[in-house]
Amino acid sequence: MIKKRVPASRSTVATKYAMAVSGLIMVSYLILHMYGNLKVFAGQQKFDEYSHHIRTFGEPILPYEGLLWIIRVALVASIVVHTWAAITLWRRNRAASGYQGGKRYHTSKGARGFQRSYASFTLRWGGIIIILFVVYHLLHLTANVVAPGGASDSPYERVVNGFEIWWVTVSYTIAVLAVGLHLWHGIWSALTTLGQNYSSTRLRSRLTPLSWFVSAVITIGFLLPPWAILLGITG
Amino acid sequence: MKITVRIWRQKNAEAKGTMVSYELDEVDENMSFLEMLDVLNEKLTLEGEEPVAFDSDCREGICGSCGVVINGEAHGPEVTTTCQLHMRTFKDGDVLDIEPWRAGAFPVIKDLVVDRGAFDRIIAAGGYITAPTGSAPEANSTPVPKEDADRAFEAATCISCGACVAACPNGSAMLFTAAKVAHLGLLPQGQPERDSRVINMIEQHDAEGFGSCTNIGECTAACPKGIPLDVISRLNRDLMGALAKP
Repeated sequence: MIKKRVPASRSTVATKYAMAVSGLIMVSYLILHMYGNLKVFAGQQKFDEYSHHIRTFGEPILPYEGLLWIIRVALVASIVVHTWAAITLWRRNRAASGYQGGKRYHTSKGARGFQRSYASFTLRWGGIIIILFVVYHLLHLTANVVAPGGASDSPYERVVNGFEIWWVTVSYTIAVLAVGLHLWHGIWSALTTLGQNYSSTRLRSRLTPLSWFVSAVITIGFLLPPWAILLGITG
Repeated sequence: MKITVRIWRQKNAEAKGTMVSYELDEVDENMSFLEMLDVLNEKLTLEGEEPVAFDSDCREGICGSCGVVINGEAHGPEVTTTCQLHMRTFKDGDVLDIEPWRAGAFPVIKDLVVDRGAFDRIIAAGGYITAPTGSAPEANSTPVPKEDADRAFEAATCISCGACVAACPNGSAMLFTAAKVAHLGLLPQGQPERDSRVINMIEQHDAEGFGSCTNIGECTAACPKGIPLDVISRLNRDLMGALAKP
């Protein structure tokens, strides 16, 4: 079905640019966030100081919590753009792939594809898991509304109280693994969308080891503190 | 060898299709895939049944008109066109599921035949150069670096068969569109229209209802001509550059 042409600035490729840029903004934030988390290993005083310092960062040019609010606005904007782009493209792609009666091809063979990675399969549902987790995570450790293990004014104690409970650490682990898989394909895809792939296949591209590396660092970096707390190594 | 084929049968564009099973007892391993379908059609015709409609023309892997999904793979398990696929690829007793390309922009006309007019309209939107026609120009008057010439030729080997769309879970024609953009964009003759080409071709690609690329590479795994994945990244760069200009 031929539709009216829309300007290229609103094309699927342009929508993908928006998705790639918003995704990379969130990846940069995750790296900073992970670095901050690792300060748990430096003890309560250092961790709480760090948490306080984020709020006073840039004073007096910035107001109290100024930087934090700039980051929050940028992140909310990124999430909105990323989700909007994902839903727009997802709906379009479903119509484009020619499903009839809920099926594209009737054969039961080759349904998993021939070159694509497992990570690319989990991208859409993984994204939904991640966004649900982010809501829970903010209620837990930022707003202190949900407080498994006990609320506290000390960010350090909030973290330790939470992750001493096994199911908190396990659910957090599942979410972080979802993030890792999302980035495994996501970083490669974002950079390719922005025109940075110069190789004939995905596996030959230098972007592939780069996205594996970054997603592995982020995954491990986020998993170290909760497991160290649960196993009693720190906290 | 004995082969069972399950083929998508659909009377016309409006009719509802279904998979129908046929047995073939004497398939020679040296037959091409299309010859196997010819044998089936002879049998069906003798039995007074409607033969299976499928596209084919050159049968030497260059025209791009044949193309079916065999066991979930566009053009079957070998990296080649359906006409160049031979029955020796399969084993005695195999069951082969044969279906048409599936995409919103490729409506089924009959059985295994789909309408690929969308590709023609994408080419018409910008997949050409506006150059004076007439006698062939002097080959050495416009030097082209060897590397560019090779890469342009690699992209130019696209035969517009549509396997990339059939293999893409998003029904995207990005590999096809990008191959054309790369082919002309790498050569000096393609430069004057480089920006308008990528803009017009992408607009037409979207207007035809093709999906968006998710960079998973299923297209390149299916492509009988080995079009490389980086042509898509190149299209993305070209479009970014074209949009950045006032």
